[in-house]
Amino acid sequence: MAVLSALHGFVAGIGASVLGLFRATGALVLFAGQGLIHCVLPPWYWRETLRQMVKIGYFSLPVVGLTALFTGAVLALQIYIGGSRFNAEGVVASIVAIGIVRELGPVLGGLMVAGRVSAAIAAELGTMRVTEQIDALTTLSTNPFKYLVAPRLIAGIVTLPILVAVADTIGVMGGFLVGVNKLNFNAGTYISNTVDFLQAGDIISGLCKAAVFGFIITLMGCYHGYNSGRGAQGVGNATTNAVVSASVLILAANYILTDLFFST
Amino acid sequence: MMPKIALKDVHKSFGSKHVLRGVTLDVMPAESMVVIGGSGTGKSITIKSVLGLVRPDKGEVWVDDIRADKARGGQRDSLLDKFGMLFQGAALFDSLSVWENVAFRMRRKMDKDEAREVAITKLRRVGLGPENADLFPGELSGGMQKRVGLARAIADDPEIIFFDEPTTGLDPIMADVINALIREVVVEMGATAITITHDMTSVRHIADKVAMLHDGVIQWTGPVNDMETCGDPYIEQFIHGRADGPIEALR
Repeated sequence: MAVLSALHGFVAGIGASVLGLFRATGALVLFAGQGLIHCVLPPWYWRETLRQMVKIGYFSLPVVGLTALFTGAVLALQIYIGGSRFNAEGVVASIVAIGIVRELGPVLGGLMVAGRVSAAIAAELGTMRVTEQIDALTTLSTNPFKYLVAPRLIAGIVTLPILVAVADTIGVMGGFLVGVNKLNFNAGTYISNTVDFLQAGDIISGLCKAAVFGFIITLMGCYHGYNSGRGAQGVGNATTNAVVSASVLILAANYILTDLFFST
Repeated sequence: MMPKIALKDVHKSFGSKHVLRGVTLDVMPAESMVVIGGSGTGKSITIKSVLGLVRPDKGEVWVDDIRADKARGGQRDSLLDKFGMLFQGAALFDSLSVWENVAFRMRRKMDKDEAREVAITKLRRVGLGPENADLFPGELSGGMQKRVGLARAIADDPEIIFFDEPTTGLDPIMADVINALIREVVVEMGATAITITHDMTSVRHIADKVAMLHDGVIQWTGPVNDMETCGDPYIEQFIHGRADGPIEALR
């Protein structure tokens, strides 16, 4: 009897978890759909959107730029050391460029921005929820989705590709600096190798990934902040959940997008 | 005369917690109704049901001849245009300056300079000078935030104003100032007002009529002058702040 009861409890626990997962997924999909609808339907709050673009894009430049610089530099060193085992040192420039533009620029840039921006959005909206500012928006005849969610989604989708384009350039520059100054490559040859082996598809796929990551980052921040629990603990949980879910979804989306773009 | 606001048998539960168990209340035009009751008795949920921030599980909410709990789209927008609300913590937008907070709703109808002028006029009405217009909410004291919240609530001359615990967290002098301001603006504008509070000084200052909410229903309602002599045990216990009586106090 006791065994049956324990088994029943175990199965019920699994069932509750699965139902909870479906409920959360459904709520997130509905939230995302509503957010996207408000992105395309007027009225638009352009001033708020511009403010978010500056907060999400411009203020993320230092952290994304530094990440890209050191990643490019490390990549050049690693490829040189690894390549020297089978006399392939010459591929450093092209592999750094392709690696940065296709994968490391968007993914590492996305993860850095997720840490910075998802948390900030979740904390801001969570505090607004707790202090009734979101209710106040409604009483002032303003749809919170239009005023809070849509500008952040638009800002994320637009600014992440720009950020990643800058990160790609800085990352390749990082590889260039190490290649020329430490590994004694000829500067002209390094640049021509970079340009020759890089294709438009590499750059476009990276920028498309960045736009998707921008959507994921801002969506997770908005979703968890908007549905934040009460008090400091509620806002803290919202912030943590936003960063964790944005990071995991970026990595999952990256695999799906890579498969979509490059599988033959 | 038709009530300006009518709640009919409104129920609302959160999980297993039944907050409203059949609230029925009429508020007449230009009347100042104060809803009193202990903490957690559903006072805020009652006004949020009227505002559409909370959807009742059962019952009807009417504003004029519109079914507020069923209103959607343009009808809901036109309903919201009738409302102004002062929140318990003022709920000012941190990222906007004082005048932008006050002029928030008006920015859709008028240009920046005009909206700023109107905002400064409304700030003067609540006793704040134009030197405060460019400050941010974080730079204001609690009393000043309440005044800015009040200026925002009355900025667009709403027909109905809600006040959620307007004097909570204020010292007695500032509370008196806010009570007097609320009474003045409500009378001056001819607005219908619903205030929720458990501050009996506010009740005597602001109310034309009082409704006592307990156990999810309105236990008593009547003119404020009848409150002291009504003989209702709930009202008696509440206004005299006694621990003994029909309202159970947690110890």
